[in-house]
Amino acid sequence: MKFAVLTDIHGNREALEAVLSDARARGTERFVVLGDIVGYGPDPEWCTDRVAALVAEGAISIRGNHDNAAAGAPEVMSTNARLAMDWTRPRLSPAQREFLSGLPMAAEEGEVLFVHASANGPADWNYVTSDTKARPSFRAVQARVILCGHVHVPLLVSCDRAGVVREQSFRTGLPVPLIRSRRWLAVVGAVGQPRDGVPQAGYALLDTGTDELTFRRVPYDAAATAAKVRAAGLPEELALRLIRGV
Amino acid sequence: MRPKQGLEIDGFTLGEKLHTGGFATIWDVTHPDHALPMVMKVPTILDGDDGPTIVGFEVEQMIMPRLTGPHVPRVIGIGGFDQMPYIVTEKIEGGSFLKTFQQAPLPLSDLIEIIARMVQAVTDLHRQHVIHLDLKPENFLQRKTGEMVLVDFGLSRHDHLPDLLAEEFHIPMGTYPYIAPEQYLRCRDDARSDIFALGAMTYALATGKLPFGQPEKLRGVRRRLWRDPVPPRAIRPEMPEWLQEIILKALEVDPMRRTQTAAQMAFDLAHPGQVTLTRRARKLRQDGAWMVFDRWRVMRKLKRFRAPDSVAGHLASVPIIVVAVDLGPEGEKLAEALRAQVRRMLVVEPDARIACVNVIKTARLGIDQMTDDQGRNLHVLRLVQLKDWAAGFGLPEERLTFSVLEGPDPGQAILDFATQNHVDHILMGARGHSTARRYLGSVSAQVVAEAHCSVTVVRLPERREEAPAPADPEAADEASTGALVS
Repeated sequence: MKFAVLTDIHGNREALEAVLSDARARGTERFVVLGDIVGYGPDPEWCTDRVAALVAEGAISIRGNHDNAAAGAPEVMSTNARLAMDWTRPRLSPAQREFLSGLPMAAEEGEVLFVHASANGPADWNYVTSDTKARPSFRAVQARVILCGHVHVPLLVSCDRAGVVREQSFRTGLPVPLIRSRRWLAVVGAVGQPRDGVPQAGYALLDTGTDELTFRRVPYDAAATAAKVRAAGLPEELALRLIRGV
Repeated sequence: MRPKQGLEIDGFTLGEKLHTGGFATIWDVTHPDHALPMVMKVPTILDGDDGPTIVGFEVEQMIMPRLTGPHVPRVIGIGGFDQMPYIVTEKIEGGSFLKTFQQAPLPLSDLIEIIARMVQAVTDLHRQHVIHLDLKPENFLQRKTGEMVLVDFGLSRHDHLPDLLAEEFHIPMGTYPYIAPEQYLRCRDDARSDIFALGAMTYALATGKLPFGQPEKLRGVRRRLWRDPVPPRAIRPEMPEWLQEIILKALEVDPMRRTQTAAQMAFDLAHPGQVTLTRRARKLRQDGAWMVFDRWRVMRKLKRFRAPDSVAGHLASVPIIVVAVDLGPEGEKLAEALRAQVRRMLVVEPDARIACVNVIKTARLGIDQMTDDQGRNLHVLRLVQLKDWAAGFGLPEERLTFSVLEGPDPGQAILDFATQNHVDHILMGARGHSTARRYLGSVSAQVVAEAHCSVTVVRLPERREEAPAPADPEAADEASTGALVS
């Protein structure tokens, strides 16, 4: 099965459209959205509806902390995130909020676990930013492959037979064999608000037939999204970070 | 599960044990679905902490299925650690080159032939983004058809894949007599490390001695950062200077000063007359104590050499560009345009190697009009003209070569030259388009259509007297001044 794994869309319609079309062109059979459909970005309604439509077609969707907050749950957030959330929440219809609050915290598909943040405490929203931070996830669950988001910076970590957890390098756009003698964890990057210095929308393709994971980056019209952020009166910093990818 | 004769796993039945190595055993295997002769490699995993063997085997499992072509064994099956880890590949009947090496020193003609084929295999591997990092005689097998096959990728680096070995172990990995200085400094990203090993093997085949001896401790490996080997010609005086040049250039300590690619090494071996002889070619004794001391002072503090960003990037930065030069009267008009194009390419690819070729068209059938003498004279004349043609490039001698080819079909002669020499780019002129050419076909069109690399065709701009567009769309294409085809 060829999965396209998207996360941290954050109300960025242009990025989501670009990623969906890139993934379709590469033979995606099933979409997975690892949460944070809304927040920060100017198109939360459109993105929520789009993901809901994907789910209706069989996609998996997981709940992120921003989805939780948009549905009304109290979440601790940075100033900009809170300002954007205060702007987002009233725009969503009750049905959209219900969709977001009804999303599961994790999903398992064969030997693959999908979760928004860490596997060891999905509701604690831990940031998996290094091999050290990934170690508890490998301990907490049995899944051979753990795919997550939340950090907005792509990361690949392996756990070998001796239990040694180590970050692994990869080249964007080229498939990484997730060899079966190891367990693997990947942060797939962010569709709608990358923070690794590359402004292109990020996602990953997982082929469970060949055991290969491909990190992808897709150019999109970030300037258009940034203009919408400004027009909506959202903090300028949120517009700038789309352009800069930080 | 442990391997033993008669064991059945995933349909494979183990036969005779062929080899017991330090880290693995090799078995004859059969499978009802596969008729070809096959071998199974099973890592010998000791109980307890056996990290290096396991990781080495994981690396092989990652890399080997991604390799193709005659210079690597075809992978038939892979087994995981849940039962018994293994890799099944086709069996290469010819055996390893260790025996050949034990017969060294070899006659020079045999040696050049063998090394050229080894270099060929490495060229092919590098083009697949893989650095072997453990080249030694045992790891070269030979097919019945003659091609060399590389085996044992347990220390290799695939440029597109995670490097499982990078952070894992803190000692340099490789085989001490052949390991490159930068590998000693724990660099695993430089394809030129394989060139060094090829140099060390050529040295060994030519002299019967290892250039840096057989160090048993890591300290002994470090010495090669400042201590140069005994020049091969001091051991074997009849060795030509050009061969010593090739060997010692491959053994340069700093990768930047080494032969840059296996393709370039192959080119030099195929064109000995074109090898630029330097001090390396002529030296007959090791460098003096003061020179070595000076090097030691610098090298002992060295942490690393600069490595290229990627294998493909490195190969692309040092391409072999063939310029097909027409020395006839028609070609004269194009000469300046062609030279200008070469200069433009040298701006973008300043380290490119330019191979100028000219084709003497011979009769397809029967004996040529020329007598042998005349033929030789024409050959020499063309070579002189070719050198004159390229005089203005200001390239160092070693990056400019000249070849006069002969054949009934000039296009085919250029194509063959490009294939044999792993050429990256062909540059040639297209003469005007007469009706005759439309029907008979042009050399450039043939080369563009059939080449395995990029081809740039240079054409002189033509003044068009008539305004209306031509009816023939092909003619419109041809009107462009230059077409880049990849």
